Amino acid sequence: MTPIRWYGIALAAILALTGCNKGTESGSAAEVVVRIGSAAPLTGPQSHLGKDNENGPRLAIEELNAQNFMIGGKRARFELVGKDDQADPKTAAIVAQELVDEKVSGVIGHLNSGTTRPAARIYSDAGIPEITPSATATDLTQQGYKTLFRMMANDSRQGTALAEFAVKKFGAKKIAVVDDRTAYGQGLADHFAEVAAADGATVVDREYVDDKKTEFRAILTAIKSKNPDLIFYGGMDTQAGPMIAQLKTLGIGAQFLSGDGARSPAFIQLGGAATEGAIASTPGLPLEKMPGGAAFAEKFTAKYGPIQNYSPFAYDAVMTLADAMQKAGSSEPARYLPALAAIKREGVTGPIEFDANGDLTNSAVTIYQVKDGRWQTLEVFGADTAGR
Amino acid sequence: MDILLQQIINGLVAGSIYALVALGYTMVYGILGLINFAHGEVVMFGAMIALSVIQLLFGSGVALPPAVIIGLGLAAAIPSCMLLGYTIERVAYRPLRHAPRLAPLITAIGMSIVLQNVAMMIWGRRYIPFPALLPVNTHPLGGAVITDLQIFIVLLALLLMASLEWLVQRTSLGRAMRATSQNPAIAGLMGINVNTIISITFVIGSALAAVAGVMVSAYYGIAHYYMGFMLGLKAFTAAVLGGIGNLRGAMVGGVLLGLIESLGAGYIGDLTGGVLGSNYQDVFAFFVLILVLIFRPTGLLGERIADRA
Repeated sequence: MTPIRWYGIALAAILALTGCNKGTESGSAAEVVVRIGSAAPLTGPQSHLGKDNENGPRLAIEELNAQNFMIGGKRARFELVGKDDQADPKTAAIVAQELVDEKVSGVIGHLNSGTTRPAARIYSDAGIPEITPSATATDLTQQGYKTLFRMMANDSRQGTALAEFAVKKFGAKKIAVVDDRTAYGQGLADHFAEVAAADGATVVDREYVDDKKTEFRAILTAIKSKNPDLIFYGGMDTQAGPMIAQLKTLGIGAQFLSGDGARSPAFIQLGGAATEGAIASTPGLPLEKMPGGAAFAEKFTAKYGPIQNYSPFAYDAVMTLADAMQKAGSSEPARYLPALAAIKREGVTGPIEFDANGDLTNSAVTIYQVKDGRWQTLEVFGADTAGR
Repeated sequence: MDILLQQIINGLVAGSIYALVALGYTMVYGILGLINFAHGEVVMFGAMIALSVIQLLFGSGVALPPAVIIGLGLAAAIPSCMLLGYTIERVAYRPLRHAPRLAPLITAIGMSIVLQNVAMMIWGRRYIPFPALLPVNTHPLGGAVITDLQIFIVLLALLLMASLEWLVQRTSLGRAMRATSQNPAIAGLMGINVNTIISITFVIGSALAAVAGVMVSAYYGIAHYYMGFMLGLKAFTAAVLGGIGNLRGAMVGGVLLGLIESLGAGYIGDLTGGVLGSNYQDVFAFFVLILVLIFRPTGLLGERIADRA
């Protein structure tokens, strides 16, 4: 035969062989493989939070695989497809497309609001349900994506709780607000400033940094001149830590307040002794009040070390997806999405139910304070909790 | 007034660090006509090596005074950076000594990227915190506050700059360096080993970079593999601002840049009536650079250096 005939036959053979391995549901007749994607910053300054967000699903998947979980009459075998989005929106879009191409049944991610924004669109276009365990920017669920769900209260609720605490409980009259100009930091800080002003406090200074800076003395000095009672920072722990350390060396006595981005052990490690007394919030109940909190903490820390922040929520996200798949009898995104939207279950973190936009109806927010070098619960704001 | 004083203090400290790093850039440019883009990464390596040693000593629980621990960190970082600087020159720049100008420039950028990635492979991508070794003693100064560390940084930087000035102006080695930067060919004819002088220049610059790296990680409390990039860029800007190739220019440029940044970040909101916020402080610094170069292209203290063919 002529060479081109050989090439043609070889090509056809190769295509036939590779074509056999496509498809979402493979495995033996009585088993279905369900691939769950996880997207978080696994490298970079937020890698400790990102790995935490990946380990929660990992634990959940291990447990599901160990318990003979049935979906539509077949035994489900879950697999985690973990991806690194480096907390960068551009990388997040690439990662989202990769997950869609790998035909995952659902995604837990992303960690940051800035990365969830472009990724959510990609998942929505592909019809793949996405539960974010930690992205709190309010407008994410207002874009009309039917596939995006949130595992914790959004920044509207968090900012309001923080502002109410600052003005009514703490009694601050003059507040300085700083944010890192990211989708999360800016959104939270703006909302906080709005509610605080509406509650009667004065925002005496508004400063900005970016999410890579480590030198804050210039803006902190400017803030010092305005003499605030309280300084609010909308941003992440890798900057809040150095910021509070520099604040103290400048002799600023104002109370430091921040959101969930700063409420992690890394904040205390980076800021050192200066972090004592700092206050920050996290949407959701505190670990000790979560229905499954203590049990989860024990299982998790035995395998993966201390909980950084969001792993209980990421764990719950996987369990919720699995539950919805079981109720719908299928792991196909199109078939279990309605079950997910209508789900009502009790998770480790508390009651899980989504509203029409995909926000969690349980909107508890917990305020913590650093005491003796550890985050301790100060107060819980929320609809379905015992305390207030 | 006390706020202005505080901003000035902050600016002086940052500026001293920029000055130390800028000296490395300016010395190499003066002698080789090359902008050593990898210099920022040498600073980063100094910081990372010192921090690794310091964390090791601190974590092992050995009861040493903080000064000794930091001294040991420096003792580890300075020779390592000197070796690194020497190696970079031998491996990346000497083979291109007679190549067209563009080749060493691209090599320098490439070297910078290589070093960043080597650091990333060795130390990972996380931010490494500086252990809480140093006591935070603050001293009130006319309404502003200055810490021990800030005083130490400024004094050490001044000491090093004065030493370098003395070395270059008052010793035979310094005379050889000045001769080589004026005209390497004739200096060679006069009995100066040009290759040795160039290597020594890189080594001195890298030693200063190591000290600057330790200062940066102590002052800001953290170090990470990417910190050399922005710092190098700002130090290079400072060197250009003061007049590249000119040692005193680098010192002046560094301090000036630190002051401009600090005052800019503090007052930019007031100056522009709230239109531009403090997140534009970098823009402010580079804007000043552009202005200076438009009206004084050779920099503030720069004289026209003879063109090397």
